[in-house]
Amino acid sequence: MAAVSTRNIVKKFGEVPAVNGISLEVPNGEFMVLLGPSGCGKTTFLRIICGLEQQTSGDLLIGGDIVNDIPPRARGVAMMFQSYGLYPHFSVRHNIAFPLRTQRVPGAEIKKKVAWASQLLGIDHLLDRRPRQLSGGERQRVALARALVREPTALLLDEPLSNLDAKLRSSARQEIKQFQQRVGVTTIYVTHDQVEAMGMGDRIAVIDRGQVRQVGTPSEIYDDPADRFVATFVGTPPMNIVARNGGYLGFRPENFLPKDMIKDAAFTEFKFRVDRSEYLGSERIVYGVLEGFDPKDVITAKLPPAHVADEWIRPGDWHPFAVRDSALRHFDNHGKRTSRF
Amino acid sequence: MVAIADSVPKPAARFRFILDRRDVLGSILVAPAVLYVLLLVGVPFLMAVYYSLSAYTIYDPSWRFVGLSNFADIVENPVFRQTLYNTFIFTFGSQILGLVLGKFGALVLLRPFPGRKLVRALVILPWAVPIALATVAWEWMFDSLYSVINWTLIALGIVTRSDAPNWLGTPHLAMLSVIVVNAWRFFPFAIVIFLAGITAVPQDVLDAATVDGAGFWRRNYQIIMPMILPIVAVGLVFGIVFTFTDLSIVFLMTMGGPVDATSVLGFSGFQTGINSGDVSHGAAISLFMLPVLLVVVVAMLRFIRRREI
Repeated sequence: MAAVSTRNIVKKFGEVPAVNGISLEVPNGEFMVLLGPSGCGKTTFLRIICGLEQQTSGDLLIGGDIVNDIPPRARGVAMMFQSYGLYPHFSVRHNIAFPLRTQRVPGAEIKKKVAWASQLLGIDHLLDRRPRQLSGGERQRVALARALVREPTALLLDEPLSNLDAKLRSSARQEIKQFQQRVGVTTIYVTHDQVEAMGMGDRIAVIDRGQVRQVGTPSEIYDDPADRFVATFVGTPPMNIVARNGGYLGFRPENFLPKDMIKDAAFTEFKFRVDRSEYLGSERIVYGVLEGFDPKDVITAKLPPAHVADEWIRPGDWHPFAVRDSALRHFDNHGKRTSRF
Repeated sequence: MVAIADSVPKPAARFRFILDRRDVLGSILVAPAVLYVLLLVGVPFLMAVYYSLSAYTIYDPSWRFVGLSNFADIVENPVFRQTLYNTFIFTFGSQILGLVLGKFGALVLLRPFPGRKLVRALVILPWAVPIALATVAWEWMFDSLYSVINWTLIALGIVTRSDAPNWLGTPHLAMLSVIVVNAWRFFPFAIVIFLAGITAVPQDVLDAATVDGAGFWRRNYQIIMPMILPIVAVGLVFGIVFTFTDLSIVFLMTMGGPVDATSVLGFSGFQTGINSGDVSHGAAISLFMLPVLLVVVVAMLRFIRRREI
């Protein structure tokens, strides 16, 4: 197990930069999530770390050593792929043993380690099956066992949950996280799903167009977004952004409440015209516009349904809404976070 | 009062939508293929079976039934046993050589290089060129006096003019020559098979193998080859069936010679049954292909089914 760090990694496909200067420090044992929209370069970055792609420039360090020119098999990292990449012609046992066999580990040792990894993931009863005889969740665990069996310096996961159904996904999320804490392996996890990122990451690196926009703990990312991109990418519904005084003002939908629900002394008041509302059981999402702002900026409010009666939210009506001043975020005209105007 | 006329069904309407019925249309569409197989494969096959059990020759076209005596005759004939052995050597030799060439050709053609599309088109030529033309060209290359192969070997100093090999005049070299020509014809097909197989292997699996520490050889022989084996086996079944029954290369290059060293079942059956007019023995020779091919094909298909992934 080792720390992974990158220094100004650039990867160009022709003239197009897929990764545009990423510097990232992942300390030993950390669970780092790379979060970004499709095509932002996060998977390419992961493939550079494991050596499947060669960076155009920049340095990659694993355990303090520069490994730019070291082939994948010598880097000691393990990777789990989106579609798992299990070997269909091998049994589960053989799949898990494969990384050890390539390292010419003696047979008895292989047996021991396969037993260890399969027990750890609860798949020891599946060892003689072929991958096609497994369910999605079982395949995912086999892939994880295969990745872990040789005790990698770092574990790279490329959207490992995207092939599972919603129910399985939440339990698998839990499992991977618990498992990572138990084994303590340095983990880099790529996803475009912010729920996965928020729920699993010790820290999150938000990536857009090949660049890191912000690195921080889930609460730092959510509460103190570094720029408008992070503010609107993380959170469902995303942060409301309105133009004001040559800059931008942002506030989370759950902080945008009817004025009489706000107990703080310091708040900013808005007049809010409701256009439509969605009742989602645990919450009510209300869409509308603010008086005195661009009517093209659709504003959302996330209200607790228990406190807001159905008839109170009537489409077309103007309501007094407010945001606590401590929940307001300010951005300059380039979208970067500023403390105040 | 309005009288409502009973609708009278027109008799012609019964056949109007006949082609809309799946069973009728299906039968009509499949009929030519069934006729083709019955008339041009089934009938000649049954005739061959009967000829092989009769004393039919073109000099004595009687249908006298003689049982299995024709088969007993040819099995006792050492030339036939040589022919049977040759057929196996010719078939498996050229298939193995063709597969090896096809595998390497496919690996070369998978890598991008300038002019790859042109090479991909050219590589199909041996398969597309009429066999008679190609074989004549090869015949000149193996010619005892004008062989360009010998000329090259002499120029390179590997052999001297006096002991240059007589390709088509020495039994083992003649067999090697027909094998090489057949492998040359077969390998574009093998390339296509391998290309189809290799490009069907998911990239994630190959990447996983790379990260798991597999180098080029391990990736090729422990991951790619086992995964594409069913596809390759289907190609091989085709190759074996076509080669085992083929007579054209032998007929055009060596006429089975020297001293029956390159005679194969198809050629021998043609020589005996058509050229010599001994139809019954010719039919018996040809029918020897049937059990052999049946065993090979059934074994291969069972193997493919077992390996299905």
